[in-house]
Amino acid sequence: MPSLKDLKNRIASVKATQKITKAMKMVAAAKLRRAQEAAEAARPYAERMNKVLASLSAANAGNAEAPLLLSGTGKDQVHLLVVATGERGLAGGFNSSIIRLAREHALKLLAQGKTVKILTVGRKGNDILRRTFKENIVDYVTFREVKQLSFANADDVARRVLELYSKGEFDVATLFFARFQSVIAQVATAQQIIPAKFDDAEAANGSAALYEYEPSEEEILEDLLPRNVAVQIFRALLENNASFYGAQMSAMDNATRNAGEMINKLTLSYNRQRQAQITKELIEIISGAEAL
Amino acid sequence: MADAFNFELVSPERLLLSEKVTEVVIPATLGEMTVLANHAPTMTTIKPGVVTVKLASGQDSKYVVFGGFADILPTGCTVLAESALPLSDVTRETLQARIEAAQADAGAATDHEHKTKLEQYLAELTNLNGAILPA
Repeated sequence: MPSLKDLKNRIASVKATQKITKAMKMVAAAKLRRAQEAAEAARPYAERMNKVLASLSAANAGNAEAPLLLSGTGKDQVHLLVVATGERGLAGGFNSSIIRLAREHALKLLAQGKTVKILTVGRKGNDILRRTFKENIVDYVTFREVKQLSFANADDVARRVLELYSKGEFDVATLFFARFQSVIAQVATAQQIIPAKFDDAEAANGSAALYEYEPSEEEILEDLLPRNVAVQIFRALLENNASFYGAQMSAMDNATRNAGEMINKLTLSYNRQRQAQITKELIEIISGAEAL
Repeated sequence: MADAFNFELVSPERLLLSEKVTEVVIPATLGEMTVLANHAPTMTTIKPGVVTVKLASGQDSKYVVFGGFADILPTGCTVLAESALPLSDVTRETLQARIEAAQADAGAATDHEHKTKLEQYLAELTNLNGAILPA
């Protein structure tokens, strides 16, 4: 049985922890709003881009000379997994759910006899994946120093991916990130970025045939496809960022609530013990008085 | 009074402008072009330069864009810029920083075709530097 002093100390320490988690929750909430706004602001560009590319690629579907980024290398032997995670922990299952998805994917590919290469974005994912897939990790990007994610950051990642692709280092690239559904729901998602895939429904609506292209259609396509990779990565990073803060917010909210419960419990046993001690002292006094 | 049409200027980070306009001048790769209402559907890439927008209210506004492409339809025009800024926000330092970054890229490029492209981009940037910020 812990003494009164021990209990008092524990209550104080849990209270201090609660203060920290509460502050973290509020910080995450404020950052979440900003991250969500950024994700929404980036949406029009990505949507437009997708629409244009969908109609262009539909027009180029049968073309044997279509750029490699669109048609792929024709093989499916070497896979590149781009795993985007957070820089920090304390965000509930955020990092582990992305990593779990990526790991399952990687193991499945390895079991099929394929070669897997991994590019990690974010410190957490790198640390954890390094344990199991040390030889598979080809590159690592961190945004530790970056305060506000900008397109240039995504462009940097995209450039590394494209460079690997142009050297023929892989055939298929898949991007792993957490899609932001709501503050309490973030869904780990895998999305194929190379060769590019588009919604066919969108393409059907496009009036591709009517366009005049300046310069030629192929040149525009060649210009757009690498940019599209960067845009997709940028979108994933923004979604990831919003998801991270969402997950952190709910995790910290839970932690704050748990700390509150713990404090209640500890206070109860503290009071009980204090009462017991008072009773004990009273009995001692009374029995002492009676003995006289 | 010319007909108004919808014009949107978007960068990956945000929507800069979405307004009714009467006239837009776009720095297309093959030369500047002016877009009016009911333009034939055109898709063009753009080079670094100044987009001049004449709003339906009669005001002019200018933006500096750094590459991208434009999607022109009879009913509207969308410029998807790789990066865009209002002209008033562009300073000598920001441009200089971009020029230096482009120089570094061009220096590092090994692929000949890629290098030519980067050098061209660099020349356009330098050109732009002289045009909007005369010494």
